[in-house]
Amino acid sequence: MLTYFLRRLLMAIPVMFFVAVFVFLLLRLTPGDPAQAIAGDQASLDQLEQIRETLGLNEPLSVQFLTWIGNMAQGDFGRSLISDRPVLEMIGQRLGPTVALALVAMGLTLIIALPMGVLAAWRHGGMTDRLVMAVSVIGFSVPIFVIGYILIGIFAVNLRWFPVQGYKALADGLWPFVHRIFLPGLALASIYIALISRMTRASMLEVLREDYVRTARAKGLPESLVLFRHALRNAAIPILTVVGTGFAMMISGVVVTETVFNIPGLGRLVVDAVLARDYPLIQAIILLTAGTYVLINLLIDLSYALTDPRIRYQ
Amino acid sequence: MKLFNIKALGAAALLASSVAALPAWAETTLTAVMQAPLRSLDPHLSTAQIVRTHGFMVFETLLGMDDQYQPQPQMADYTVSDDMLTYTLTLRDGLMWHDGTPVTAEDCVASLNRWSQQDGSAKTMMKYVDSIEATSDKELVIHMKSPFGPVLELLAKPSPIPAFMMPKRLAETPIGTQIPEVIGSGPFKFVADEYRPGDQAVYVKNEDYIPRDEPASWTAGAKVVNVDKVVWQAMPDMQTSINAIQSGDVDLIEQVTIDLLPLLAMNEEVETGILNPLGAQVTGRFNHRLPPFDDPQVRKAVMYALDQETIMQTAIGNPDYFQLCASIYGCEVPLASDVGAEYLEGTAEERMAKAKEILAASDYDGTPVLMMQPTDLTVLTTQPIVAAERMREAGFTVEVASMDWSTLQSRKNGWQPVSEGGWNFFFTYWGVAGIWNPLVHSLINGSGEDNTWAGWPVNARMEELRAAYLTAGTAEEQKQIAEEIQQIAWDDSFYFNAGEFKSVAAWRTELHDIQSGPITLFWGVSK
Repeated sequence: MLTYFLRRLLMAIPVMFFVAVFVFLLLRLTPGDPAQAIAGDQASLDQLEQIRETLGLNEPLSVQFLTWIGNMAQGDFGRSLISDRPVLEMIGQRLGPTVALALVAMGLTLIIALPMGVLAAWRHGGMTDRLVMAVSVIGFSVPIFVIGYILIGIFAVNLRWFPVQGYKALADGLWPFVHRIFLPGLALASIYIALISRMTRASMLEVLREDYVRTARAKGLPESLVLFRHALRNAAIPILTVVGTGFAMMISGVVVTETVFNIPGLGRLVVDAVLARDYPLIQAIILLTAGTYVLINLLIDLSYALTDPRIRYQ
Repeated sequence: MKLFNIKALGAAALLASSVAALPAWAETTLTAVMQAPLRSLDPHLSTAQIVRTHGFMVFETLLGMDDQYQPQPQMADYTVSDDMLTYTLTLRDGLMWHDGTPVTAEDCVASLNRWSQQDGSAKTMMKYVDSIEATSDKELVIHMKSPFGPVLELLAKPSPIPAFMMPKRLAETPIGTQIPEVIGSGPFKFVADEYRPGDQAVYVKNEDYIPRDEPASWTAGAKVVNVDKVVWQAMPDMQTSINAIQSGDVDLIEQVTIDLLPLLAMNEEVETGILNPLGAQVTGRFNHRLPPFDDPQVRKAVMYALDQETIMQTAIGNPDYFQLCASIYGCEVPLASDVGAEYLEGTAEERMAKAKEILAASDYDGTPVLMMQPTDLTVLTTQPIVAAERMREAGFTVEVASMDWSTLQSRKNGWQPVSEGGWNFFFTYWGVAGIWNPLVHSLINGSGEDNTWAGWPVNARMEELRAAYLTAGTAEEQKQIAEEIQQIAWDDSFYFNAGEFKSVAAWRTELHDIQSGPITLFWGVSK
């Protein structure tokens, strides 16, 4: 397993290199000027030129690329062109809220979607199944920002149970953290609840037809044990795959939720960076996202062995 | 018998936690949602409004501008020699930088030098300056080569780059490079540890700041701070800001989208109003270097075809918040006049008929006009659509190119042919404080030089008049020159003045004595 793990890590290096080249070139081909974002709309061309010169944006692309790669090899991801702060520091400030939001959303997803899927499969064709499917269709069809506004309207503005916006870190206390992250977590989870409950249902339906399930029932095992220990565990591999990629998608796709609930996370940072053409910051975030995908895919592959003893990595 | 009284225990725990959470004194925090996120901190480097507002929190200017547009002593008192060649500025007592060191005249000389390398009008002034020197710790003297009218005005101007003072060690940061620290002498201190670029900026009251004795008026007078802390939060979604002010999460929204004002009108805990009386002028800019707008007749056809009212109705909607006037300097500033109003007279249909007539008589050959449209800046999204429609009606072939604001800003700086990424026309807007006289107004530069603001019109008479304005001896003379400039700007179609809009702010009723000014001011207000 360790050899497999290390081999996969080594394979990630060329992937990351190609991502780096791609994102660097793509950004330079995109129209826009970071100097303008710094100096503002009323700046003269002289002022812009001076800033470009200082930032090294007038250097040939090859020089800029080699400088960036060379610095990264030494662990220096550079400084933001706009705020002049180290990009890793900026990402560090914003990573916590995004990861917390994604974890809470995924936690809520699993708590809600797995029982929903199992129940729907167990009561296949019945009212429960139809209800779960209806909820799932709503989750897929209604955009996250609409769900966010509805949740804010009901629970924050009218009932005043939750704040309408903002984020508190876990370090500020469990209650402030939960109080502020619950609604955005639920809004973000909505689409994944729809997805994973359907996946669980489909996967469970297949497994419930297997002989070993019939045997378990014939042995007189309680239905909950049959469903959750025997059936769900065997139905887990496709679900795990979706959970894993879903988590990676959450990390890279939380921007709408962060915007609606005003959470200072990575999603908003990357949108700001793109609008301001803050090259080092965009490059670092995309590399980080790519790295997250690679790592999560690897962890998903490794987790298969834990749920299915037939799978062994060498 | 109950072993525990759950309710009593809960109440005790709540009380204990509340007591533990109470600070020794109640800190007053004013939380504001600003019109744009703060991403850069150097007020000499950026012309962005948010950076300017940040500048006035932390830094000060030698002179302030009052609500009568007059320069007033702020950090320094001043005298001017009779021959207008020597300006002596004496720093007032008690001025300290936020790092605890005293403000010296040398710091101010270094600051003026840095500012004058970046600000366009300061660069012009420097052509008339012989030297700026510190004659003592508290006195600096500006020696002029020849008289230059607006020296005091420039030292006091609030836009686009005010003459902010900073310690010499920061002022020596090369222009083009951002200052490494935010140390000023103003009424608020910047809290670097709590700054998250693009998301949050925090300021605390500068306890060492000694306000002037005169009443506060715009950026002049007593800057008395009545709150302990000001937090600027960026909220990219206006609906979220509206929810936040209604629930009491924030105290002030600097600019509310006009469409959403009815949501706040129903809430008795929130007030709305105009804090910046100057407003902003919407401007349609021609590229004078490229066909078809290198032809003055073709530009003139556009001037008649476009209609201020249609454009402002579409963009702003509520007439309480926009104003139509011919003045290129803003509708309500001292230099405002009706000169050139003939281009706006009559009905839209009558003007359209004239536009068609002028265009038919011109050499316009149907060359497509490329109009840039920003899609991510609400206040500027509709104008190109309305304008394109009117221009098509007049006989133009118009292509609207949609793009994000960042792309537009970059593209506007090039004058290559349209087929190679050039442009013919676009709309933007200018805060009136950035155009209120011929010295600061970038759109009426008639030199046509490469390094001037996008559009590059050429008009020798305009340049003569702009130079004359700088040396005019009296306000009457200045006004007369400004009017002639305005006439040329209309006649030679430098740009289309599409009208002026005001930004509407919203604040919770707990806030009192909010100050009006050319930027949002956080002194004077209490909570």
